[in-house]
Amino acid sequence: MKSSTTAIGQVALLACILVTALPTSIQAGELTILNVSYDPTRELYQEFNTAFAETWKQSSGQTVTVRQSHGGAAKQARAVIDGLEADVVTLALAYDIDEIHRHGELIARDWQSRLPNNSSPYTSTIVFLVRKGNPRGIHDWDDLARPGISVITPNPKTSGGARWNYLAAWGFALRTFDNDDAKAKAFVGEIIRHVPVWDSGARGATTTFVQRGIGDVLLTWENEALLAIEKIGNDRVEIIRPSVSILAEPPVAVVDKVVDARGTREVATAYLKFLYSNAGQEIVARHHYRPRTTEILAKYKNKFPPMRLFTIDEVFGGWDKAQARHFADGGVFDQLLRTPPAP
Amino acid sequence: MSTLAAGLPARTTRQVRLATREPILLRAGVAIVAIGFLMLFLIVPLVAIFVEALSSGLGVYLAALREPDARSAIRLTLLTAAIAVPLNMVFGVAAAWAVTRFDFRGKGILITLIDMPFAVSPVISGLIYVLLFGLHGWLGPWLKAQDIQIIFAVPGIVLATIFVTFPFVARELIPLMQSQGAEEEESALVLGASGWQTFLRVTLPNIKWALLYGVILCNARAMGEFGAVSVVSGHIRGLTNTVPLHVEILYNEYNFAAAFAVASILTLLALLTLVARSLVEWKSRRAVPKHATLPEGEP
Repeated sequence: MKSSTTAIGQVALLACILVTALPTSIQAGELTILNVSYDPTRELYQEFNTAFAETWKQSSGQTVTVRQSHGGAAKQARAVIDGLEADVVTLALAYDIDEIHRHGELIARDWQSRLPNNSSPYTSTIVFLVRKGNPRGIHDWDDLARPGISVITPNPKTSGGARWNYLAAWGFALRTFDNDDAKAKAFVGEIIRHVPVWDSGARGATTTFVQRGIGDVLLTWENEALLAIEKIGNDRVEIIRPSVSILAEPPVAVVDKVVDARGTREVATAYLKFLYSNAGQEIVARHHYRPRTTEILAKYKNKFPPMRLFTIDEVFGGWDKAQARHFADGGVFDQLLRTPPAP
Repeated sequence: MSTLAAGLPARTTRQVRLATREPILLRAGVAIVAIGFLMLFLIVPLVAIFVEALSSGLGVYLAALREPDARSAIRLTLLTAAIAVPLNMVFGVAAAWAVTRFDFRGKGILITLIDMPFAVSPVISGLIYVLLFGLHGWLGPWLKAQDIQIIFAVPGIVLATIFVTFPFVARELIPLMQSQGAEEEESALVLGASGWQTFLRVTLPNIKWALLYGVILCNARAMGEFGAVSVVSGHIRGLTNTVPLHVEILYNEYNFAAAFAVASILTLLALLTLVARSLVEWKSRRAVPKHATLPEGEP
C-alpha cells in the first residue's frame, strides 16, 4: 500500500518534471565565464562564484554567471587543450597549466608570474586521515612502512593528489636518510606495497577509506581530509599531521586565447584577483584551503596549525623533472610497483 | 543371485521414475539460485536506490530534483533523446530495408558496421569525436575559425549518443524483415501500389512492434549513456551535464541522497522501459495470428 502510493507519487513527479523542464530554453546574451577546475574544489567555487557575482554586480553593474566544470586535473587540462572553452583554469598542478601552454599556446608562457604567489592563491598539503582514536598509532611517514599497515592512496598515474602523496613520502625519506636516494626509493617502495587498491582520483580514494572502510590510513590533501570530516563527521575519522610534508600550490590562470576571443579578459582577470582579496581568502579558508593572507591565516590558525613544508622545487627541481623521473612510463613509480617485496 | 534377476525390473522402473523426478528437484534448485541471484543483484540494488533516495525524506528528494542543475540535466537528457531516437529510427528502418530487400556488394560490411557501436567501448566512441572535432582534431581548426562548438557542447553529446544507440533499431528489424520475406511487398507493387504506399500500408504494419521495441531500447540507452557522453561533455554544470553525469557529480560531492534521488529518475525510466517492452511483446504476440499463417503447433 505504502509502496504503491510512493510509486504513483513518483510517476506523477516525473510527469511534473517533464512539464516544467521542457519549455525553458537556454538564456542568451548574458555574461558568462567558465571555470575549469579539478575535483576537490567543487564546494569552494560554488560559494566563491556567488560571492564574485555579487561583487562584480556592485563594481560594474553587470550580471555575471560563472559556470563550473570539475574532474581529474589532468583530464580537465586535456579537455581545455581539446577545445573546452574555459575562461579560467584553476587546477592542481603548475604542470597541468604548462601542458595547456605547450599545446597550442592557449595560455601565455609567463602565466605563473602574472598573479602573486606563483599564481596560486591558496595552498594545501598532504596529511593522514586515520580511524577515530588512531588505533594503529600512525603519527609519521615511517609508520606507513610498518608491517601490516594498509595505506589508501589514489594512483599517481591518474591523480594529481596521488603524485603529491608519493613525493611527500619521498621527501620525508630523503630528509630521514640524509639524501640517500637508494634508501628513499626502498622506503617509498615499501609504502607502495602496503596499498591494497589504487583508486583513480582523490575523491574516490576518500570514499574507499571512509565509506567502504578499507585501509588503516588515507593519504590525502589537507582540504580533502577536512572536508571529509565536515561531511561525514569527526566521530569516525581524524587527521594526523606528519612531521614534514609537501607544500601544494594549486595554480590559477586566465586562458588567453579564449578570453580574447570571447571578450571576457576583464571579468576573468577580476575573478582570479578576487581569490586574493580578503573576502576571497576567507571563503578559501572556510573551504579548507590554507589562505595566503597572514591576517586570514591567523584567524583560522586552529584549523591550519603550522607545519614544516618543503616545496617541489627545493627537493625535486620542479614538476617537469619530478614527472619525467617518477611518473613517466617506465619511471621510478612503475619500477617500484613491479618490485617484489624484499625477502 | 536370483535376487538380482528379480530386482532388475523393479530397479529399472525406479530409475525411470528418478529420471523424471530428479530434474524437478534440480529445477527447483536452479530456480532458487536464479531467484536468489535476481534478488541479490537486481531487486536489492533497485530497492536500495529508492530507499537511499528517500532516506532524508520526501522534501530533500523533491528539492534534489527541482534544483536548477538537476533540471538542466534532465532537460539536456530529454533533448538528446528527442534528437537521437527519431534519427536512429529513420536510419534503422532505412538500413534494415536496404539490407533485407536488396542485394548489393558490401552488404556484409554494412551489417558489420551497423554493429560496430556495440563492439567498441563507449569511451572510444567519445574519443572518436574528440579526435575529429577537438581543437587539435581533424576538423577542429576549421570549426574554430567558423566559431562552431561541437564537442564540450550539446552537439557533441547528441552525436556521441547517436553513435552509441545506432544499432538498436536496425538490429531489431533485420531478423524480422529477413524472416518475413518480400512477398507481401512484391504483391503490393504488382497490384499497383507506389513505393511509399507499400511502405506505409504493408511494410510498416508488419514491422511496427519490432520497430517500437527497438525504439524503446534505443531511448533507454540514449538517456542512460554515461561513458561516451562523459568524454565529450566537458562537465559544465547546468549546461553540458546529462542525468547520468549529474548523478556521478552529486555522489562525488557526498550528496548521497540527492545522487540517489536523481538516479531514481533513471531507474524509473528503466522500469517504464521494461513495462513498455513487456507490453509491446504481449501486443505483438497477439498481433501475430493476424499476419502470419504459421500452422498450429509449429514452434
